[in-house]
Amino acid sequence: MKKELKFKVNGQPYDIFVKPKALLSDVLRIELGLTGTKRGCNSSSCGACTVMLNGMAVKSCSVLALQANGAEVVTVEGLAKGNKLSPLQRAFLDHGSYQCGFCTPGMLMSSTALLTENPKPTKEEIKEGIDGNICRCTGYNSIIRAITAVVKGDYKEAK
Amino acid sequence: MINDFEYLAPKTLKEALALLDKYQDDCKVICGGQSLLVLMRQGLVAPPYMVDIKGLNELSYIKDEKDGLKIGATTTHRTIEKSAVIKKKYPVLAKMETRLASIQTRNWGTIGGNVCHADPAGDPAPVCIALGATFTMTSSKGKRSMPAEDFSLDYFETVLEPGELLTEISLPPVPAKTGTAYTKFNVIESDLATVGVAVTVTLGAGDSCQDIRIALGASAPIPLRTKKAEAVLKGKKITEALLAQAGEAAAAEADPISDIYASDDYRRELIKVLVPRITREAMANARKAK
Repeated sequence: MKKELKFKVNGQPYDIFVKPKALLSDVLRIELGLTGTKRGCNSSSCGACTVMLNGMAVKSCSVLALQANGAEVVTVEGLAKGNKLSPLQRAFLDHGSYQCGFCTPGMLMSSTALLTENPKPTKEEIKEGIDGNICRCTGYNSIIRAITAVVKGDYKEAK
Repeated sequence: MINDFEYLAPKTLKEALALLDKYQDDCKVICGGQSLLVLMRQGLVAPPYMVDIKGLNELSYIKDEKDGLKIGATTTHRTIEKSAVIKKKYPVLAKMETRLASIQTRNWGTIGGNVCHADPAGDPAPVCIALGATFTMTSSKGKRSMPAEDFSLDYFETVLEPGELLTEISLPPVPAKTGTAYTKFNVIESDLATVGVAVTVTLGAGDSCQDIRIALGASAPIPLRTKKAEAVLKGKKITEALLAQAGEAAAAEADPISDIYASDDYRRELIKVLVPRITREAMANARKAK
């Protein structure tokens, strides 16, 4: 039997009914059409499905959607303000921090959560912050460079 | 594909226990679900009812009390990792957490869920055993407690009876001149242990071993307290020769499996190397301790 799920995604309130077995990633993608969140391994290994749940990075393929009841979720679609990309998004573009792009939403969400919690991470802390996210193209260096550039203050929040 | 189930989200511990009583073997408890959902997706676990205790905030706490530290079962790994009192009094526990899976998993997964999942490769159980932790279980009939090393019975099996919930992990105060250390060997940093070793040692005069607890992860069907290895060192002056002997004893007592990560023989070799290494590290920590 479907159950009511009331939550906010990227600031917008939703009141929907979902099956208890529905995973947060599936509800975001299928029910809400927010396909920026990727379904990669679907086994909590790759991190492509990372979203922020009450400010914390979680793997949305491994959270029951109903556990987000009453919560605030931010997906990659919620990072830009209108058409103004977030500092991390611009840094990722400038540093070529993607090739196929499949890991990028998860990388952006993990690094956004990292900088929210710790605005001045060391290189080691940056590596730790994204170690739950697998990228098979970049070798991670360009991603770390982009995050480092934001930490250094090269990218300001868009007004 | 996850099978359909009825979802029950109790608001209080009392409500949760009433549901567990009512549904007995037909229900499964979910908290963070970081291990359980993987099994459910594979169809290995398909309960008709799920009791979700993730919202039981009354079980999410870290209390520093006179008789030790109390950790509520629904406390997340990340909360433990960042807790100032744990970093100060039980640094090994915070350090262990930083190596458990990834930040995302630690943000949602809980220590109670991890130990109840009873994967012998899990990180918290060996550390809890080495620290002399007590697990408290609650049912509608009351509470019972037992040493951490008695909690697991077999792969993915615990002493929990239907109707019972793990509610608290308590750590005794650390005695003087006592140190603990933990490490795991794994190939990918966020993976489970291929072998994990946790050691707590209390030193007497001239590096004599007053007391010692050695626990192994991923080395047997349960997180294993290796009393034979402890017996090699207890009451003696710890020397390199004795450490090697303790490693041999631990490897002999272990009963590891072969899987894609390592053969049973390789795991035994790891135990022989890691037991002396982590005992040395625990000794170094003990010397630094008051």
